[in-house]
Amino acid sequence: MDVRNFTYMVYGYSAAWLIIVGFVFLLVSRSRKIDDELKRLKSLVEDRESEPR
Amino acid sequence: MREKLILTLGSLGTVLMLWVIYTVFLGLPAEILQGDIYRIIFIHVPAAITAYCLYGVAVIASVGFLIKRNFVMDSLAVSCVEVAQVFTLVNLVTGSIWGRIIWGIWWTWDLRLTSQLMCFLLYLGYLLLRPAVSDPTQRGVMSAILAIFAAADIPLVVMAIRLKNVRTQHPQPVLETGGLDPSFVAPFVVSMVALMLIGTALVLIRLHQESSRREIDSLRRELHAV
Repeated sequence: MDVRNFTYMVYGYSAAWLIIVGFVFLLVSRSRKIDDELKRLKSLVEDRESEPR
Repeated sequence: MREKLILTLGSLGTVLMLWVIYTVFLGLPAEILQGDIYRIIFIHVPAAITAYCLYGVAVIASVGFLIKRNFVMDSLAVSCVEVAQVFTLVNLVTGSIWGRIIWGIWWTWDLRLTSQLMCFLLYLGYLLLRPAVSDPTQRGVMSAILAIFAAADIPLVVMAIRLKNVRTQHPQPVLETGGLDPSFVAPFVVSMVALMLIGTALVLIRLHQESSRREIDSLRRELHAV
């Protein structure tokens, strides 16, 4: 019972940290995508503005 | 400045949490009735309290958006809800693992557990609704109303173990009844502070993403106009 008790406690803490770390990774990957899209759009706007009319 | 603040809050929160884990695993004895599994309380309860604080900020920001139509308020609300969802999930999962040992089951449709799951699902609905509405003002208004509506569940979660005529399997609130040993108080409080700091850092990151998204939207409109 005690070993099982300890094992489940470790599962609990591991699950908690996995959820939080997983969310951090999700945020980092989302930030990269947003930054890339922002750069792409900014350069597109600059190109459009520099084009002769 | 913003990045430094996020890094400071995140690092401080992580260091405090490492201290909590060290103290909880090595400094505290096993509980006489529950054995080692009771140690889950040091992440289970602080995660719930952090989540409720963030839902509270989301509700205030949602009311602010409905009054002033300021999109920063809408961004703050969605950022808080998303981070609060993570902590609610931590609370549900750790509670379920604790229940498996103490009750012998992963889940029961007890008022406390069910209302907490409802809270998670209602705010999940909030997050799923947002991408479905393209107009920013309409999206903000609908989200704000849903955020305020969903918050009505939180008092039910809190009161579920305090109502006199409700039988619940969930333990009584040990902080209020004085059932928490004095040696447990420091790691409990530090864990709460640590999760609050980590939560604030995550909200700041999400807020920045939302402001970048608004910039992307305005650039797209500019491109269409050219």
